[in-house]
Amino acid sequence: MEAAVFIFSLIDCCALIFLSVYFIITLSDLECDYINARACCSKLNKWVLPELVCQGLATVLMLVSMHWFIFLLNLPVASWNLYRYLKVPMGNMGVFDPTEIHNRGQLKSHMKEAMIKLGFHLLCFFIYLYSMILALIND
Amino acid sequence: MSTTGYNSQNGAGGQPYANGPSQNPLLVPPSGAGYNIGTQPLYSNQMPAKAPLSTGPGPYNPGSYQMTPPVSSYQGPGQASLTRPPMGPVQPAPFRPAGPMAPQSQNSTPPPMPSAAPYAPQPTWPYGAPPVSVSSPPVPTMGNHVTPVPGPVPNRHSPSPYGAGHTPPLHHGASLPPGPVSLPASSATSSYTYQGAGQVPTPGEASQINSFDHLEMGTKGMVGPPPPQTGLAGRPTGQSYPSLPPGYANMVPSASPLQSPKPPYSPAHQPYQQPQANPAQLSPSLAALSLQSQSPETLRAVNLLQERNILPPGPVTPPTPCLPQDLQKLNCNPEVFRSTLANIPQTQSLLNKAKLPLGLLLHPFKDLSQLPVVTSSTIVRCRSCRTYINPFVSFLDQRRWKCNLCYRVNDVPEEFMYNPVSRSYGEPHKRPEVQNPTIEFIAPSEYMLRPPQPAVYLFVLDVSHNAVETGYLDVVCQSLLDNLSSLPGDTRTKIGFITFDSTIHFYNLQEGLSQPQMLIVSDIDDIFIPTPDSLLVNLNDCKELVQDLLKGLPQMFNKTMETQSALGPALQAAFKLLSPTGGRASIFQTQLPTLGVGALKSREDPNQRASLKDIQHLSPATDFYKKLALDCSGQQVAVDLFLLSGQYCDLASLGCISRYSAGSVYYYPSYHHQHNLAEVERFQKDLKRYLTRKIGFEAVMRIRCTKGLSIHTFHGNFFVRSTDLLSLPNVNPDAGFAVQMSIEENLMDLQAVSFQAALLYTSSKGERRIRVHTMCLPVVNSMADIFAGADVQAITGLLASMAVDRSVSASLSDARDALTNAAVDSLTAYRSSVLTIQQPGLLAPSCLRLFPLYILALLKQKAFRTGTSTRLDDRVFAMFQLKYQPLSYLVLMIHPALYRVDDLTDEGALNINERTVPQPKVLQLSVEKLNREGAFLMDAGSVMLLWMGRNCNPSFLSQVLGVPSYAAVPQNMNQLPELDTAESVRTRAFVGWLREQRPFFPVLHIVREESPLKAAFMQNMVEDRTESALSYYEYLLHLQQQTSK
Repeated sequence: MEAAVFIFSLIDCCALIFLSVYFIITLSDLECDYINARACCSKLNKWVLPELVCQGLATVLMLVSMHWFIFLLNLPVASWNLYRYLKVPMGNMGVFDPTEIHNRGQLKSHMKEAMIKLGFHLLCFFIYLYSMILALIND
Repeated sequence: MSTTGYNSQNGAGGQPYANGPSQNPLLVPPSGAGYNIGTQPLYSNQMPAKAPLSTGPGPYNPGSYQMTPPVSSYQGPGQASLTRPPMGPVQPAPFRPAGPMAPQSQNSTPPPMPSAAPYAPQPTWPYGAPPVSVSSPPVPTMGNHVTPVPGPVPNRHSPSPYGAGHTPPLHHGASLPPGPVSLPASSATSSYTYQGAGQVPTPGEASQINSFDHLEMGTKGMVGPPPPQTGLAGRPTGQSYPSLPPGYANMVPSASPLQSPKPPYSPAHQPYQQPQANPAQLSPSLAALSLQSQSPETLRAVNLLQERNILPPGPVTPPTPCLPQDLQKLNCNPEVFRSTLANIPQTQSLLNKAKLPLGLLLHPFKDLSQLPVVTSSTIVRCRSCRTYINPFVSFLDQRRWKCNLCYRVNDVPEEFMYNPVSRSYGEPHKRPEVQNPTIEFIAPSEYMLRPPQPAVYLFVLDVSHNAVETGYLDVVCQSLLDNLSSLPGDTRTKIGFITFDSTIHFYNLQEGLSQPQMLIVSDIDDIFIPTPDSLLVNLNDCKELVQDLLKGLPQMFNKTMETQSALGPALQAAFKLLSPTGGRASIFQTQLPTLGVGALKSREDPNQRASLKDIQHLSPATDFYKKLALDCSGQQVAVDLFLLSGQYCDLASLGCISRYSAGSVYYYPSYHHQHNLAEVERFQKDLKRYLTRKIGFEAVMRIRCTKGLSIHTFHGNFFVRSTDLLSLPNVNPDAGFAVQMSIEENLMDLQAVSFQAALLYTSSKGERRIRVHTMCLPVVNSMADIFAGADVQAITGLLASMAVDRSVSASLSDARDALTNAAVDSLTAYRSSVLTIQQPGLLAPSCLRLFPLYILALLKQKAFRTGTSTRLDDRVFAMFQLKYQPLSYLVLMIHPALYRVDDLTDEGALNINERTVPQPKVLQLSVEKLNREGAFLMDAGSVMLLWMGRNCNPSFLSQVLGVPSYAAVPQNMNQLPELDTAESVRTRAFVGWLREQRPFFPVLHIVREESPLKAAFMQNMVEDRTESALSYYEYLLHLQQQTSK
């Protein structure tokens, strides 16, 4: 059971890592002017909700399986994702808004955020991997 | 104010206006010998990007004249001419042999000139300007410590005839002897002759400079006239506190005893001069060089609590960057391109310390009467950063030039070696591209993604019951009928019409039909175009049908009972119709859209209008309009919105459609064809301007800056497509832009940085054109220098845009706090790092002395005020305007100008085209300045209010207004009658002159004591206290409290 939880988390985490990398690549494409803001934002906005769900799933799973430390580790990121999603003003087209992404250094902060998340997910990946192996051995 | 600026500038006396390189009086011969001076400094700084600041014997310091009123009267014109005169010689005319393109200038085609020495002895301004003279000669105002030689005035504008980069830099190696002798006697030379002539100083010359300035700027911009000299001279500083609050009065005398004797100033002329203003003490490291030169006048500490009358009598002039004269002369016109800080700080930390925003304000498509146009098959650009070659690049030798933005060395193409102006070979540095900061290229086909689009105009008209009630259709149709032939375009111009209420009506105008055919689409959920090819028709071919339609349209819906409005679907239809070609859609809307996509609900609570709490609903309610605008932008469609409505229309949501598609928004609150004639008149005039003004299609603008600087935020109507590229489906001459900059890398080893805005557009004639503006600014490393170059108007304009963003993204109160903090922070920074001796009072550098006033005015502006009843739409519209109005119009919107007009005299008047335009003094916006016997004109940009006291001078009433008594002044008077009296002529000349300076038409309202508009007039009295806002003096005390924390 324990192992199954971690195997699932591991897959989830992989998906999140891929997503982070995708965010970074797309944002840097925008930075280098390979794609325009409109295309970039519509690409990214599509994946904001999946990211939110994946992260939420991992968090809830840890809560349910009572891995408090990992749950607490995941909680801030999950709540940040949720907060960011809910805070989008009505007139905006999503978390990434093409008309504002070039203003007030938003592009940079999005980039920074994606980088931090990537780091976080990598950390989680190894924690899950370790826990999974531990769980498999214990079984 | 005082005249110390002169003395400080040149301690040697004699030549008060001598500029930088020629500062040494010995080097300023009256004429002729000017060649020598010019060449000396010149060769040393021929490579501007490398060593622009290392000029000549004495540091150049134009800024010092800045705030001295008598000078500023010359400064304005002089400065403008700094950038302009070089254009004279490179008039388009000489290009004719080179290419097929005739010179194209915005509004007036300059008369073609023969290419041979047209300027020879006496300068003939090519703009066909009849000489304008300042009636009172400038000399007397100079004060007794200045030798009253008129000479220096023109000298200022052309001190070294060869100085302005005309001399070939490549002659370093001396392939040609340095000197005028070597120059070929061609048309290019003639320009020198002319400049040399400029050096022979005559008063007439000076006035001609003014005249030039007026014709060039006066009509559109806000560079004003030289203010009345007599007013200045006769304004003793001591008497400028007529009704001082006690706090002001007792501080006055304390200042002058403190006066420290120091060479740059003449203390006698500056009773309230602060000792710490001595620039030499400010920053010892720099004192030797830059600060001696650094204008003491702009840095002079002003105790705002003491100085009551801080408004200059004339227009506020932007500070001049401390560049070498020859570079400054080539610099971009501040009306077009302006920086908040004329001196760029070296590092971001220095900028943060100064607490002043760094940004650029642009008016790139401004109507210019003088614009060199170049046709060339290869446009020379930097190979790595794609910068267009400009006056601030440096030529390493004849074959190579170094980009001033990325410092890459590029080859000079063969074609560029030939100079079409002088028709000589081997002088790439004399090409017009390298001589003009503003230039237009006819772009070759590489600059086209598709064949240039034709001019396409689509009119989308609201014909619901509400719209018919307002009666706007008549005006629109009539204006269109009148201006149909003057719509910009060529033989390909297309036009189309859509009307909508709860359904969408298309008009088939295909050639061959006997009358226009109306097609109704009632399926608004899935809009389609019934006959795609006959709805947008060629204007020339189908003119009769279009005219028929326009004549019939107003009556067609007379009896409509339809009250719904399906604006969203109509916009979708317009987008579909225009997307194959791109073009302009003009939307006329009179109510809240209620049907179909994009339907909105009323969000305004009228009871909250005057609330002191936060204002809600400043951001859009839906993203429909934004999305559609981005779609439009992608298809090169711009949407202009005309909102004519009495009720709430949710401009915050609707405006998005124009904002992101680079359109413009016009708002006529409570428009009605019978009840509100003033609005009708304004609507008519605006429409005329709108229909006939220049237009550029499928445009993009890129703003490049020297490596190390980057653009941080953009303000204006457009879509930012990539980091420095603005997508502008349409560009119009009335649009302004602003950007905030940040310094990403230290600019340590740079002497100057450059900014280049390049606007690529398709003209209405189907030509692809590029308009390039380049500005060069010095880099400084001391706080004093940063403050010396602060441009208070530009800073206010940029802060206003930032505050609009803040109030939308956070809240209005946040934005208001941020505005006040901006003032507090910068004054604190000034006090702590520039002033060396602390003393009580609220001290501001002279160049920022208007800053608190402007901030207070902003806080009381419609956009940001609280506590005064303001309709949400009015507020949002004011915010839109703050964002996209060019700075010159913005300033009047923020801080109107007040003049007393019942005692206009011809003293100090301007003479323009045989008309005498009186120049009354600008008064402080305080009721204290009004009196019952007078009549006062308030010029608030888009509206003018003429307020009359109850006991108004009867002669004014009869001679100007044509009424026997005060009681007989009609309630809704919007025009000055054309009476044949001297007073009437003067007043009308003045009002007309003010109106000519802007492209839109400000309506004049005559306001009596009891008329409803009196409230509007009084609300603009920003220095006075209102129930919910502080008076200017209280605000200063508040600032003082904050700064001394």
